[in-house]
Amino acid sequence: MATNDSTTNVKRLQVRRYKPEENPETHYLNQEKGLWAWLTTVDHKKIGLMYLGAIAFFFFVGGVLALLLRTELLTPARSFMDADVYNQVFTLHGAIMIFFFLIPAGPAVLGNFILPLQLGAKDVAFPRLNLASFYIYVIGAVFTLVAIFTGGVDTGWTFYTPYSATTGGNVMAMTFGVFILGFSSILTGMNFIVTIHKMRAPGITWNKLPLNMWALYATSIIQILATPVLAITLLLLTMERALGIGIFDPALGGDPVLYQHFFWFYSHPAVYIMIVPGFGVISEVISTFSRKIIFGYWAIALSSLAIAFIGFLVWGHHMFTAGQSSLANMVFSFLTFLVGIPTGIKIFNWLATMYKGSIDMKTPMLYAMVFLFLFTLGGFTGIMLGALSVDIHLHDTYYVVAHFHYVMMGGMVMAFLAGLHYWWPKIFGKMYSEFWAKISLGLLFIGFNMTFLPQFVMGAQGMPRRYFNYIDQFQSFHQFSTIGAYVMGVAFVIMAGYMLHSLMKGKPASANPWGSRALEWQTSSPPDLHNFHHTPVVINGPYDYHKPMSEFQLGIATSHNGHGHHDHETVNVPKTEKEQA
Amino acid sequence: MNRLTEFMLPPAKSTTAESTDALFHFINVTSIILLLGITVAIIYFSWKYRRRSDDDVTPVIAHNSKLEITWSVIPLILVMIVFGWGFTGYINLITPPDDAYEIRVVGKSWLWEFHYETGHVSVNELHVPVNRPVKLIMSSDDVLHSFYIPDYRVKMDVLPNRYTSLWFEATEISESVIYCTEYCGTAHSNMLATAHVHSQEDFETWLESAGSADDDMDPAELGEQLVTRNACNTCHSSDGTRLIGPTFQGLWMAERTMQDGEVVVADENYIRESILEPNARINEGYDPVMPSYAGSLNDRQIDAIIEYIKTLQ
Repeated sequence: MATNDSTTNVKRLQVRRYKPEENPETHYLNQEKGLWAWLTTVDHKKIGLMYLGAIAFFFFVGGVLALLLRTELLTPARSFMDADVYNQVFTLHGAIMIFFFLIPAGPAVLGNFILPLQLGAKDVAFPRLNLASFYIYVIGAVFTLVAIFTGGVDTGWTFYTPYSATTGGNVMAMTFGVFILGFSSILTGMNFIVTIHKMRAPGITWNKLPLNMWALYATSIIQILATPVLAITLLLLTMERALGIGIFDPALGGDPVLYQHFFWFYSHPAVYIMIVPGFGVISEVISTFSRKIIFGYWAIALSSLAIAFIGFLVWGHHMFTAGQSSLANMVFSFLTFLVGIPTGIKIFNWLATMYKGSIDMKTPMLYAMVFLFLFTLGGFTGIMLGALSVDIHLHDTYYVVAHFHYVMMGGMVMAFLAGLHYWWPKIFGKMYSEFWAKISLGLLFIGFNMTFLPQFVMGAQGMPRRYFNYIDQFQSFHQFSTIGAYVMGVAFVIMAGYMLHSLMKGKPASANPWGSRALEWQTSSPPDLHNFHHTPVVINGPYDYHKPMSEFQLGIATSHNGHGHHDHETVNVPKTEKEQA
Repeated sequence: MNRLTEFMLPPAKSTTAESTDALFHFINVTSIILLLGITVAIIYFSWKYRRRSDDDVTPVIAHNSKLEITWSVIPLILVMIVFGWGFTGYINLITPPDDAYEIRVVGKSWLWEFHYETGHVSVNELHVPVNRPVKLIMSSDDVLHSFYIPDYRVKMDVLPNRYTSLWFEATEISESVIYCTEYCGTAHSNMLATAHVHSQEDFETWLESAGSADDDMDPAELGEQLVTRNACNTCHSSDGTRLIGPTFQGLWMAERTMQDGEVVVADENYIRESILEPNARINEGYDPVMPSYAGSLNDRQIDAIIEYIKTLQ
């Protein structure tokens, strides 16, 4: 009880300032060597990087498939592939982009790398489980690749019954792959929840938690509650196909609409698994590059949780024409509009954060602005689709395809790229070319709108989705859209180019190139294998730009590096310029 | 702005289309105004508050209750208007008038059948009277389909284990395209039909004469028409091209190898069986995906199709 006052049970901490070391000799990338060290690492940063490699691969594959689809659609009839091949290609494009890119991109890549750093922790709560979740992802991916090369899958990424129960190809390997993948997602979510609860550095109270952490927390809740339903659904589907047990197939006494309920009960919350981590990134980026305290901290934090909660109750809006009751349609339509409100609140809070800021138009900030524009447009078209009578007309047309790509690619991919460019110096300790990054972003923005704006028009005019052939009146829209897709392709090639150049010959990055107050920037770039050489202590909010930088670089004052058990060591270090709060 | 909405939507040819379009228009205009406001704010802020030096000091503005309530409540009111408007429109869309004229619709991979009160069946051609409510009672013979007429702003999924329905009242004598909008496999995008709107008299005349005009036609000629009318040519070519099913060219009296190795001569009985029980025997290299035509083609019509196939040597 020596450390306690007689009147309070508050523990007094001796703190001092730790300035991050610039361009350290040893860091997490070179402290362990060899392939085996990488494959067996339990370090959250390296696992995040392995995930990054994996999703970059799948994004490339999914992107090439998208370009094939767009090329085929240049002409109304067959251009160069058969209807069956086309159907397989759009199925794989959807399934790969959603299950292998979008879902892991937020939590498993950026979350894995940044979460312990922002909490001032050495690692996530269960590092081995974290590695296990990566390998589960890999096993799921292998099953999917097997499915592709042993017959393919032509069901659409939604696997709707009874078509998926009767069609040829290797649907079982594919659904089994997605089934396995789900466990990876569940484990990551559980790991993050425990880490956020138990491993925050001294001083990080719930109202000092970075908004990125709130977003990942909300995402994790969805992951662990919704993903098991997908697993059950796919298991039932497999049982039906393999054992002939009638659950969804009417020929066996099942009900196909039941399948849709099950599927969307997962897959609607899943779109929030994809987008909510993006919200977290945008909060960090806008505050940092506006050098200003975030506007409406609690509004942004709680709106993430509100979205996570209401997001569970709106799955039926995918089924307005599916044959569910009109009462259900009314309730789902109503609840759908309620999700729009917290989303709108976020947009306005981010705008208010920019007001009277000191805005630096670096690449991550430009990505955040592009996100604001595209995601807002995607959100408004979502309101359109939530309106019952209009949705009857627009459902299953290109309007839905365009809406989905605006929120997912215009929203999440832009947010992911904002995060990747924002944390790139921290992750690799290198800077990238601002010039080429901006060129690439400009092309991406133009190409994206060229691709998907015409699809809104086509869809409203009645062009159904998943069409191999189409009637001539839509050809000019399709061609414009295809050219846009090529422009995006060029933008991504440029991006790959300057990123590789940065890795090879990039200028060394300083510990905190953007002048951020967030904790992950108060250690060296790249960080040490154990993130910090000290135990960080936090006394200010993560966006308190009105306070001096020195107040954000505090740690428990010890003569050792804070690792291991030194509980009984006496501490005798003079206080730094700042007293405890 | 009106122009934009008109550009985006197909012509409105049903009594309910106008109300759907009005809501579409309202959401578009409101969204464009708000999106413009947000975009202008982003651009203006990023110019006006651009970083001037690295020592810039920013004010501490963390809350503003009035502002926050405003931007929560106004959108809430707007979306509630949209919800109510969309819901009332929807109620109209699912409530057919009592005197609606009923037509049975059957979706099969990959064609639409329309059964009329006289027992007449038309394939991929929906004939309806103008200015009269029409109710379609729909079901599927196999997987999910979805019945969609963009000009009427109506759509409903077609299921194998229950009836679904939709109704519309066409307002002008014209033709409109019908799509299948629930993915159903290889020829999903060929599962098109046409809605023909007639005046009441013309519709009655058509209904009486439908099918009977075939009587005085040459059998092979009739067979050729039936192949088109029943959408056989979606999957079977007559020029040797391989589509989803085997071509009709050179089929007559050819020796065909089945999946189980059996060799069959394509005579009258084989063709008849293939039409009525298509999955009894499957040609090697093809999938068992053809729907049965039992009940939609009578014996005379099957004879005519056989006569037509005989001519394709």
